[in-house]
Formats: sequence, structure tokens, C-alpha cells
Amino acid sequence: MGLSAAAPLWGPPGLLLAIALHPALSVPPRRDYCVLGAGPAGLQMAYFLQRAGRDYAVFERAPRPGSFFTRYPRHRKLISINKRYTGKANAEFNLRHDWNSLLSHDPRLLFRHYSRAYFPDARDMVRYLGDFADTLGLRVQYNTTIAHVTLDKDRQAWNGHYFILTDQKGQVHQCSVLFVATGLSVPNQVDFPGSEYAEGYESVSVDPEDFVGQNVLILGRGNSAFETAENILGVTNFIHMLSRSRVRLSWATHYVGDLRAINNGLLDTYQLKSLDGLLESDLTDLAILKDSKGKFHVTPKFFLEEANTNQSADSITLPQDDNDNFAMRVPYDRVIRCLGWNFDFSIFNKSLRLNSGNAFGKKYPLIRASYESKGSRGLFILGTASHSVDYRKSAGGFIHGFRYTVRAVHRLLEHRHHSVTWPATELPITQLTSSIVRRVNEASGLYQMFGVLADVILLKENSTAFEYLEEFPIQMLAQLETLTGRKAKHGLFVINMEYGRNFSGPDKDVFFDDRSVGHTEDAWQSNFLHPVIYYYRYLPTGEQEVRFRPAHWPLPRPTAIHHIVEDFLTDWTAPIGHILPLRRFLENCLDTDLRSFYAESCFLFALTRQKLPPFCQQGYLRMQGLVSTESLWQHRVESRLLRDYAPTGRRLEDSSQQLGDQEPLGSPLAPGPLAQSVDSNKEEL
Amino acid sequence: MFSGFNVFRVGISFVIMCIFYMPTVNSLPELSPQKYFSTLQPGKASLAYFCQADSPRTSVFLEELNEAVRPLQDYGISVAKVNCVKEEISRYCGKEKDLMKAYLFKGNILLREFPTDTLFDVNAIVAHVLFSEDVEYAHLYFFHCKLVLDLTQQCRRTLMEQPLTTLNIHLFIKTMKAPLLTEVAEDPQQVSTVHLQLGLPLVFIVSQQATYEADRRTAEWVAWRLLGKAGVLLLLRDSLEVNIPQDANVVFKRAEEGVPVEFLVLHDVDLIISHVENNMHIEEIQEDEDNDMEGPDIDVQDDEVAETVFRDRKRKLPLELTVELTEETFNATVMASDSIVLFYAGWQAVSMAFLQSYIDVAVKLKGTSTMLLTRINCADWSDVCTKQNVTEFPIIKMYKKGENPVSYAGMLGTEDLLKFIQLNRISYPVNITSIQEAEEYLSGELYKDLILYSSVSVLGLFSPTMKTAKEDFSEAGNYLKGYVITGIYSEEDVLLLSTKYAASLPALLLARHTEGKIESIPLASTHAQDIVQIITDALLEMFPEITVENLPSYFRLQKPLLILFSDGTVNPQYKKAILTLVKQKYLDSFTPCWLNLKNTPVGRGILRAYFDPLPPLPLLVLVNLHSGGQVFAFPSDQAIIEENLVLWLKKLEAGLENHITILPAQEWKPPLPAYDFLSMIDAATSQRGTRKVPKCMKETDVQENDKEQHEDKSAVRKEPIETLRIKHWNRSNWFKEAEKSFRRDKELGCSKVN
Repeated sequence: MGLSAAAPLWGPPGLLLAIALHPALSVPPRRDYCVLGAGPAGLQMAYFLQRAGRDYAVFERAPRPGSFFTRYPRHRKLISINKRYTGKANAEFNLRHDWNSLLSHDPRLLFRHYSRAYFPDARDMVRYLGDFADTLGLRVQYNTTIAHVTLDKDRQAWNGHYFILTDQKGQVHQCSVLFVATGLSVPNQVDFPGSEYAEGYESVSVDPEDFVGQNVLILGRGNSAFETAENILGVTNFIHMLSRSRVRLSWATHYVGDLRAINNGLLDTYQLKSLDGLLESDLTDLAILKDSKGKFHVTPKFFLEEANTNQSADSITLPQDDNDNFAMRVPYDRVIRCLGWNFDFSIFNKSLRLNSGNAFGKKYPLIRASYESKGSRGLFILGTASHSVDYRKSAGGFIHGFRYTVRAVHRLLEHRHHSVTWPATELPITQLTSSIVRRVNEASGLYQMFGVLADVILLKENSTAFEYLEEFPIQMLAQLETLTGRKAKHGLFVINMEYGRNFSGPDKDVFFDDRSVGHTEDAWQSNFLHPVIYYYRYLPTGEQEVRFRPAHWPLPRPTAIHHIVEDFLTDWTAPIGHILPLRRFLENCLDTDLRSFYAESCFLFALTRQKLPPFCQQGYLRMQGLVSTESLWQHRVESRLLRDYAPTGRRLEDSSQQLGDQEPLGSPLAPGPLAQSVDSNKEEL
Repeated sequence: MFSGFNVFRVGISFVIMCIFYMPTVNSLPELSPQKYFSTLQPGKASLAYFCQADSPRTSVFLEELNEAVRPLQDYGISVAKVNCVKEEISRYCGKEKDLMKAYLFKGNILLREFPTDTLFDVNAIVAHVLFSEDVEYAHLYFFHCKLVLDLTQQCRRTLMEQPLTTLNIHLFIKTMKAPLLTEVAEDPQQVSTVHLQLGLPLVFIVSQQATYEADRRTAEWVAWRLLGKAGVLLLLRDSLEVNIPQDANVVFKRAEEGVPVEFLVLHDVDLIISHVENNMHIEEIQEDEDNDMEGPDIDVQDDEVAETVFRDRKRKLPLELTVELTEETFNATVMASDSIVLFYAGWQAVSMAFLQSYIDVAVKLKGTSTMLLTRINCADWSDVCTKQNVTEFPIIKMYKKGENPVSYAGMLGTEDLLKFIQLNRISYPVNITSIQEAEEYLSGELYKDLILYSSVSVLGLFSPTMKTAKEDFSEAGNYLKGYVITGIYSEEDVLLLSTKYAASLPALLLARHTEGKIESIPLASTHAQDIVQIITDALLEMFPEITVENLPSYFRLQKPLLILFSDGTVNPQYKKAILTLVKQKYLDSFTPCWLNLKNTPVGRGILRAYFDPLPPLPLLVLVNLHSGGQVFAFPSDQAIIEENLVLWLKKLEAGLENHITILPAQEWKPPLPAYDFLSMIDAATSQRGTRKVPKCMKETDVQENDKEQHEDKSAVRKEPIETLRIKHWNRSNWFKEAEKSFRRDKELGCSKVN
């Protein structure tokens, strides 16, 4: 191995000289950033690195990007929606309903220009990814298979080590930071007697003609299983589908990785008594036996064990021999395995300590919420393989989710290695309500990666201004200051999108009556995805707070919380229903008055009070007051929010009713009764 | 025209009078005090105004008083003007010239005294005088004589049922004068009459061609019954464009903004009347409850900008006068022509309020400006706005060919933006090339049409060699572009100008066009920032009329304001006195100014905060805004002349004057609490099983029964507004639901942060 060549670089001068004499021989090319895989996640990271002017290379074993999509899904129909029309012009909003595009500054590189189909063809994805790489000039080394990855310790390196990548030609690449975006490429196999009789999803015929008049057993209950079934539903005698757990419908779980309605034709025929059916059993307890006619019989494994030999189905006792109504007593013509995919750990040296997680996470490498491997600093998992962070929760395993997590990782690294603080907009506090309203109405990252990426608002001293940070990986909240380079000394808000707490789940009826919440005071019971705003007086940094938060809480317990009531149109701009309660919440957290005022009101306050509300301070006093037009002025008088001071006429407005006849001090515009703020509740919390 | 109102007192009857129709035959008797008191008769009421001299201000009052003579006479109340002459000293003759009062006597007993400002017009005079007497047994009737052609016929009359207060009488008369019955053929939701403005509901009697005559009679009958309680209209179904439910024959529209109309089927006039009366009744009770128990509702908008924009949402603006930009057109447009771009967000109230002013600018500039007025809705074109570095709303930027875009930093109003656009027709600074041109520039001739917008023109004088000074000045001029006209002159013959205006180079010449004065200011420092400061300071006046627009520029001087409140233009003598003091440096530590209540009516609100009761104008006050908030009033019995002012200022300085009030130093706290969802979540977690029950709310079954709603309001809360079950949607159901939810919003309060 040519690995040792790297070490002398930092060795004594004499050796350096030696190297200088044989440069071509021994110095492997060194990159700040290496990306494994030119799939969607790899290209997405390459895009951000390129825009930031970083030194990087992408290694791709195939001759073109997106090789996974050249073969998968087998039936060529993507189930990620390509919604070309939303009735809105807002490009950011439209990304909420675009599940295929990668992020870029180039509007031509939107997937909707590549397919007209709502569920597009995989070939269009291949074409799209190719164009994405080419148009943006991403630096991808095609036909380069990285066969082995190991570590080389070096105290000078960014992370105390370099990642050493060796390709199929023995060429070595040295990388300071390694992004693994290789997806899940190894078909999942379950070992049980007779498993060899099953054909894999990856190779089974996709020609329905090959299944005419057959009894088919499909192992697995994911979208690939149903996709396979869908293709042959019309020609088989029946299809039985077998898996460990009951089916999880994505409309009930709100997880796009669960069974999508587009694939669920078999459920329909099953429940409409058309011979097809679903069965639940752990595959590892089963065995498949082949009989003399080449047909397959399913039996619990212990029947086989009792027989103690691996005999054919003809000779051993089968369940139906004792139990003549055993569901799977009919022999099958074919068994198809559709059990999903696993991450390919094989190329990573043990020194990387890239381990798989436990339980359901076995298919994924173990990583932190920052997408960095738990085993090696500087090694990040991107894309589908990073889905352990939000498996069965959010969209991090899919293009429309990981395009945002990749950006978050890029931002973390920009700060870690290049002293670029996490991008933020600093605004006066008067813009607080508006900036939240803007984001919850258009932000696609919050919407797609709900519960994973959240916006963070860091308050400045005395809450006169704030910094707005977008799409921070929220499970890293405790380390926010070190990860972003921004200070959270004066309290913060977190803006997250959430479904109702008991709304999602495989056994949930999501269509129950009264599921919709319409009243602002019931907003906390909203079921559909809606914005939730957490207020923390201090950054919750303790392990206790973050890791051991209350069950079902995505975040540590806040000082105060606000739910913006769910909206059928996901349009949270209603003045009374959405914006007013939000303002009240923010006001009570900050213990200030966030209303806006016309210049005339500010003028009155300026001359009758020693202090001015923030809106007047930051606008009017800086000679940027808002002047009311005549018609608005009329409304103002009618609304009784301001008294008409004209000497005659309109005396009516001075009525003794609640909002009318009061001196400026007690007028509705003046500071209200000293309402107890969140602060005063502090001790009780 | 023969209509009016009449007060009937028990045992006494008066003739019909008319305060709106005023013959001028009655004139105000002028008497001496002695003479006046001799005319008083036991048991008879008399109103007397004691005055010393006819000042212009009192003459307005006298005119009004004159007009009140006849109406008051009709009640047997005599009116007189009593001239306080030196020979006869009466205690009713006040001490000060201006502080005179009117007095109401019954016999020779004094009933009440009135400061003249409470008797601001004839109506006020009559009302105040009448109510000063015992009004408990008084009844107010409106005589509808307008409808009667034959004078021998009796006029119909309506008794006012509400307590006799100025407000109620005003309301009563207004409704009496409104047409009895109006015919309409438009969407009842859109109809508005004086009744709605007065807080009264509208009742539409639905009519069709076939039954028109009968319907009209019914409607008239209803109208008479509801006079003063609701407006009644005849709704012509046949010519109606909107659909109303087939069976509905009555439409009820509440006075509250935003409440949908109710479609009713009522086959009896009495049912209509009782429906109206019941619904008015509820409202009152609710309001009382609000006042006593709950205070303001947290679901009610208390942001004046948001509320007014919301109320105005249905008004159509002539948006077509501005060009709406999109992602596709933005760059091409701002590159092709000099443009103003308004970046706004359709959902943001402040931007939408400003959009109206912006459209007003477009209306005013229509066809006259080379500047293209454009706008872009950042709610739609978020990316464009971000690329233009727009992260808050509203933002106005000016794009000119070959220049960096400039953000507008002035007041968000029509006048100031218009000024900015007009002043940007020239370059900054203007390069002046000849002495003659310079003189034209200084005289205001050169930019005749622009000095309307910039009352000061600044000319920088530099010798041709002063390179850095010129650059700095240019930078300053560029910074001030759109706010004040600046020019530069640095030809070889610049000395001619510097000699003429006694300015040693480098210098600024300041031409004040309104005063026709030209000042010179030497430029000691030539840093652009300093020059900007010099110019902005020079724009300040010595004794300005303070307005909503200019207060901030004076406010930032951080000095106590010495404000002369004046009802109209400031008296030149006062002005002279104060300017003299300014020149004598007595007022260096203050910002002297005056406020014209006619231009700045909100000034009355300020005075109300300072004075209780309000003495007559003019009033001179010193407001220590920046340290302590004390307000001192110049004694109103003293004339505003230099000597008195100086004396007062000295006393102030010596701490011998007492403040009349201290401005509250209260912080701006949240106006109302927010929903405490955290507690609600906790409560729900601790008592699991009771799903969907907000804190302290009782769950009661709902019967869709109106009576029960009144009896048990908590019942109404339960039913969620149906947003998804479209099958239940039909118009009347929907409105019922909406109405319920509206009512419910007013009733909650149990689940707030406590």
C-alpha cells in the first residue's frame, strides 16, 4: 500500500527532500473534501462546496451520475411527486411540493423541466442528475471505484487524521473530510432455510408475462414489495405478501418511506376479496421448501428442525397436515424477496469505526444528529444512508429531505474549517413576527424536514434585535454556539413544524371527524403539520435537557410554547387566526409590545410618555414613520383604536364605550395592564 | 323642511323647535352685569356669557351662542351676553382676559358654569344647558314633520328610549334623520348605511316584483317600529346578483364588522322586531360582561395598522398605476428605466398600509414623471427580494442607470416619498458652472419647481484645487440626495461668490427660499459625515411648527421641548417674543416650537395628557422628554411676552416652578397575555383521557338552539368550526357556525396565561 508515503511529508527535512525527488511516485493527491458517490446527495454536497470555492472531488464508480436510478426502481416509476403546479409563484414554497429537485441557484435545474409526470420515470432522474453535474460543472471523477477507505493519523490534519481512499487502479486519494453518499446499495437478505429459492427484487423479472397464472409469494412489505405486486397483480392467480410487521400506510404515519397509496393496489384487492392477501410473520422463523413439482411451500422453521434434515416438501410434515386451514397451505410458483437495502460497510477499514446502529438502524451507519460518524471525526454520511437520524419520522432518507440536511452539514463545516459563521440575517425586533410568518409560509426545508431541521432565532441584548438562522439540525441545539459561531446568550426561539402528537402512526385513523382544529385557543391540539415555536430563555445545553427531554417532545422543554393553528391551505397569514396569536406569544416571551403604529400615534406617545414602543423607536424616531392614508385613518377612528382628535364632528367616537373615551394613557394603544409575562412564570416551570 | 327634536318635560310643554334651521332674527342681548341680574326672574333659567373684550377667539363662540338664543328661548331659557365693564365689578367677570365662562342661572341661583370650550357649537350649548337642568323626567321626541305635506295633519313622533346623554341624542337624531326605508338591490353583506356606522343593525325585508307593494308596506311598518334601533331596507331579490336562500324573507346584518349576515324566515312583523331587539340586548350584556369580568379579548386585534388594513381589504386600489414586477421582469425593468421599487409582502400589514400611500404617489405623478413606479410582492417572489438584499418589509429602492440602487430612508408616506422622487430628478450635487447659474440656483430660479420640496438649497464653494474637499462634499451631497438640493461650484471665479457672501473657502452657502435668506457656513472639517451633519442641522428651524413628520428631527436633539399649542396659526407676537428669546440665548438648552392644532389635531390628545381640565389656548408648555418627563405650564393668566417668559424660565431653572404632570415612564409591556399552551399541554398530560378539553372549559352537549345559547354560553364553545366537512356546507349553516365561533371568540378567557 502506498499509504506510508503520506507520513514522511511531515517527517524530517531529509526525507522531504527525498520525496521531492520522487513526487510522482509517492505523494497522493490531497483534497480538503472528498465525496463518495455522485448520486443526488453527493452532487448536492458538491454543489455547495463548489459555490463556496472549496477544494473537493467526487468519486463515482459509474460513468454517469445517479447510477442507482439506472436500475431502480425496477418498474421505473418514482414515487416522489413531481408537482409542477401549486398556483403560487414563490419558488421556495414550490420546493415544498417538489420532491425531486436538488437545490441550486439555477431555476433551469428544477426537476419539473425534466418530466411532466406526477410520478416521474427513473430515467428522467438519471438525465436530471447528469445535467445537474454538467451544467454546474461539478468536479466528479467518474469510473472511479473506491475500493478501500482507511485512516491515517496526522496531528496537522483538520481532524487529526486523513482519510485515505484507494480506487480500483490503486490510486490513492487523501482527504481531510470525507462525505459518504453511497446510499444503500446492498439488498437486504434474511437468512432462513430455503431463502435461496427466493428471487431478489434486484433481479426478478419485471415482465408481467412471466407471472401469468402463478401463485406468488412476496417477502417484504415496503414500497418495493408493493411496486412488484402492482406490476403483476392482473396476471397472477393471487399474491400473498408476508412480513414481520403489519403494513404501515404512509398517509397514516406521515412518513414517505411507508407504503404509498400509489403502490397499494394489492390492499385494495385483498380487502375486496380478490384472493390476494397479507400475512404477518417473522421471516426468520420460517422455512421455504421446494416440492418435486418445483413448487414452494412455507412452513414454520421448527417443522424442519423436527425432521432434522433438509428434505423436500414432499416428505416432511407441513403445518396443513395438522392444521388443515393453515393460511399458506397452497404451494407457490414463485417467491420474491423485496426486503429493502443496506449500507455497504465493506470498503471501510475498521480504524474508521464506522458501525451500524442497532435494532432497526442496522441498515444504516451510526451517526450523530450532525451527520458526522460517531466513530471518526470528519467522516460524514449524507443522503439515503444518513436516514438513521430521522428514520420513519421525516424525509431525511429522500431527495426532498436530504438536499436540506446536506446544506446544513455544509454550513457546519464552513464554520468548523473556514470560520464562516452560520448564515444569519440580523433584523430589528419589530420584524420578528414578520420574519417568522414569512418562513413558516414559504420555507421548504422546515416543511420537508419537519422535526429535524428548524429555524433558530437568537435574541440580542435587551431583545432589540435578533439573528435569524435557517434550518439548523435541531437535535444539535445544545451545541449551537460552537457549531454555528453565533451567540445565544439572550434567549432564543426555535421554529419547528410538527404533526399533532397522537396523529401519526400505522394504526391511526387520520380521517376521524373533528380532526381539524380551527380555533386559535385549540391550536396546540392541531393535528396536521403546523408551525410550533419554542421559546428558551437560555440555550438548553445540558445533556439532561436535550437527551432526556419529555417523551414525545422533539425538543427540550421550553419556557413557553406556541402552536400556530393548523391550516387547511398551509397558509398561515390570517391576521387574526395566525398572526395575532403569534404576536401575543412573542410579546409575552420578550415582555414587550410588538404592535405597529402609525406615525401619528408615535407622535402622541413621543410627547406624552417617556418611553416609546419598539415600532416607534425603530421606525418613527428614525424618521421612517408610517403615515396613514385618509381611508386607513377613517378605519382607525371607526375601529376605535385611536381617538379622533379633530375638534368638532365625529364626536360619536368619543363614546363612553370600552375602547372609546379614554385618555391617551388608558387608550387601547397604550401599554396594556401589566400582563404577567412568561418571565413571571419562571419559578413555576 | 320642518323637522326637529323636542323635549317634553312633565307638566311643561314647549313648542316645536328646530336647531338645524336657523333664522337670524334673534340676536343676543348685550347687557351690563347689573342690568343682567336685574332681569332674572324666579324659576326662569338664563344663560349668560361674561366677557371683557371681543377677541377673535371669543367671537366664534359668540356666533354660536347667538345661534343658540332661539332654541333656548323655546325652552323658556333666556340668553345674554354680559359685558364686564370696569365700573361694575362682578365675581362672574373673570380675572383674565381670555378665561371667561358662561353661567346658567335659575332665578338668581347659579346652576352651573361652563368653560367656553365645552360649548363648542350651537348643539353643544343647547345640549349642555338643557341637561344641566333636571333631565330625569325629560323625554325626547322626534317629530317627523318632513313627511307631512299638510301642516294641519299631525306629525308622527318617536320617543327616544335611551337615557338622555349627548351621545345618545346625537345617535338618535342621526337615525331620525336617516331615510325611513331604503331600497337596495345589492349584496346585503356589502350594504352600509348610517345605521351601521352608528352601531345599529340593518334589517333587509326581501321583496320580489310580484309582492312589491305589500312588501313595501310591511317594510315601512317594520321601519317605524324599529326607528332608532335598526336601519330597515327593502331588498329587491329580482335584481340581485348574489344568491340568497330561496325561503329567506328577512336578512339581518349586525353592526359589528366582519360578521356575516343572517338569513331568516320570519312570517310576522313582531318576530322581526323581537329578533332585532333580542340581538341588540345580547350585545349589551356581552359588552357589560367584557367590561366587568374579562377585560379586552386577546383574540381582538389591537394593532392599529393590522386592523385598519384588514378593514380596508376590500377597497380596490388603482394598482395598475404601478408596474407589478416578477422574477422574470425585475431585472429587465430596473435596467431599462429609472425605477422606484416597492418591496412588500401581501400578508404584512405595514407594507400593505404603505402600499396605499405608494399608489397615492403614483396617482399624483401620473404621466408627469420619468421615474417608473413599480412594486414586487415578496410573498410571491421571495428569491428576487432576497437577491436584492431585502429581508424586511416594506423597503423602497431607487434604481437609476449606472448607479447603485439607493434605499429610501424617509417617512413611509405619500408626501415624503413624492418629495424624494421629485428631488431625484437632478443629480447630487448639481454641478454649477457659472456665476450667473449659481445666483439662479441660490435664488431658487434654477429649480423653481423643486424648491417646493426642498426649502433649502445648499451650494458648496470650493476653489478648483480643493480636491478632497470637493470629493467629500460630493459624497455628502450624494448621501442627502432626494432630501435636500445640493450643488457645487468650483470654477476659477469662485472668489467672486465667496466675497459676495463673505464666505472663506471652502464654504457652504445655504439658501433658505421661504425666507429669501442666504447664509454662509465655513467648512472647517470636510469629512463627508460632518458636512451631512452641518447641512441637516442647518435644516432645523429656530422656532418650527412641530408636526408629526418633523418631530423626530427635533426630538433627536435630546433637549426639552418648549411647545406653544395654538389653535390655528401662531400669534405673530408670541412668535416674535420667543424668537427674541432665542436670539438672546435664553432658550439654548431647549427646543422651542409651536404646534398648530388645526394641522396636527392629535395635539389635543397631548394637551389632554398634560392638563385636566384643559385651560383655553394658547398654551405654552415645557416638556422634559428626555430626563424625568416633567411637564411645566407657563401660567395661562400671564401674557406670552418676553419679560414673563424670562421670569418663568428663571423660576424653572431655580426649581421654583411646579410641574403640572410627569409623563409616565411605563415600559411598553405586552398589551395582553397570550395563550399558555404549555400549561394546557401539561394539564392534558396530567389528566389523560379527556382529550380536546382546554383548561377550565366545561364540556356540555350542544343543542343548536338559540335559547340555550343564551343560557349556557359555555356550551357554544364545544362545537369546532367545520372546516373540512364540506358536506355540511350550506349557506345558512355556515353563517350560523361562523357566527357562533365569532361569539365564542368573545367569550373565552379561561385559557389565557394567568
